[in-house]
Amino acid sequence: MHHGAPIKEFMGLTFNLGNIMMITIASAIVFIIAVLSTRRLAMKPTGMQNFFEWVMDFVKNIINSAMDWKDGGRFHILGITLIMYIFVSNMLGLPFSISYNGELWWKSPTADPAITLTLSVMVVALTHFYGIKAKGARAYGREFLKPFWIMSPIKIIEEFANALTLGLRLYGNIYAGEILLSLLVVDLAGSGWIGKISAILPTIAWQGFSIFIGSIQAFIFCMLSMVYMAHKVSRDH
Amino acid sequence: MLLNSFVLGSAFNSGDMIYQLIAFIILLLLLKKFAWGPLMGVMKQREDHIAGEIEAAEQSREEAKKVLEEQRSLLKEARTEAQGLIEGAKKQGDVQREEIIVAARAESERLKESAKLEIEQQKEKAVAAIREQVASLSVLIASKVIEKELSTEDQEKLINEYIQEAGEGR
Repeated sequence: MHHGAPIKEFMGLTFNLGNIMMITIASAIVFIIAVLSTRRLAMKPTGMQNFFEWVMDFVKNIINSAMDWKDGGRFHILGITLIMYIFVSNMLGLPFSISYNGELWWKSPTADPAITLTLSVMVVALTHFYGIKAKGARAYGREFLKPFWIMSPIKIIEEFANALTLGLRLYGNIYAGEILLSLLVVDLAGSGWIGKISAILPTIAWQGFSIFIGSIQAFIFCMLSMVYMAHKVSRDH
Repeated sequence: MLLNSFVLGSAFNSGDMIYQLIAFIILLLLLKKFAWGPLMGVMKQREDHIAGEIEAAEQSREEAKKVLEEQRSLLKEARTEAQGLIEGAKKQGDVQREEIIVAARAESERLKESAKLEIEQQKEKAVAAIREQVASLSVLIASKVIEKELSTEDQEKLINEYIQEAGEGR
């Protein structure tokens, strides 16, 4: 990763234009795939509809493993969107990366901590929101004093730790994958024809493994989101 | 350079965060409206459809069972009825046979009785006729005897004559 980033400042905020572009592309791809495959809906599903119904059932199972469907049904759409968006984002950086004028443009948007942390903080914020909605502010606040009031600092830290680990886990996996890929492709393959030949096999292997990691990380992110949500929403503990 | 931007270096761009958040929310809403919502609707519809079909199948099976039971009981009924009819016919035949035999027996008895009666009557008639003849004969004899008051000689002669006559007449 011997690249800079195309950073621009606008209205006091700093924008990494590469990230902006990749976020847009990932969102667009998810949206286009989803809309195209659910355009002709039928009682007897065919082709892509089958695939998306499988995804829905998959996420439904994730939610069901964490909490009651009565509580968790409203997070179904959030879960599907999360898993699809993160999966597509993870896959985007795999086939190639594009840098222009020494600035990295094409990469996985999830290979940036700012983006993964945004997603994870959003999820944790949503857990607080739905927790308060489900239990009321007083009962929800009292949860932090259980089982002993002395535990409350740990509980508060836990919330931040959750957000941090959720985001950084995803970021670390994808970023590390991209670094290794760029090392293989740019540095090893750039060091003469012996390097080129010897880089082919590990590159293929690592790309395959990265597909696996990307899928697993999307699944883990979705599952942990639902687990955190279940902690806040469910009434029994 | 690598380590600089590794974890919490210069990679944090506030604009990216806001953009990501907004993009994700927009994506969520769009997908909900255009993809997941309709898809869930179809899945729900199918679920309902399948549930309805299962219920209908259950119902029709129940109905078929009921009809079968009904048919079975009807068949049984028909069978017992037929059995009853045959039984009745047999009984009636027996009764009729008995009746006919009794009637025939009575008829023959009556015929025999009347024949006997007739025979008796005829016999009586015949006896009466004979008796009458005998009486008239004796009257005849008596008149003849009275007519001829003769000597003993003559009387004897006459009796012999009559006896002879009677013997010849026979």
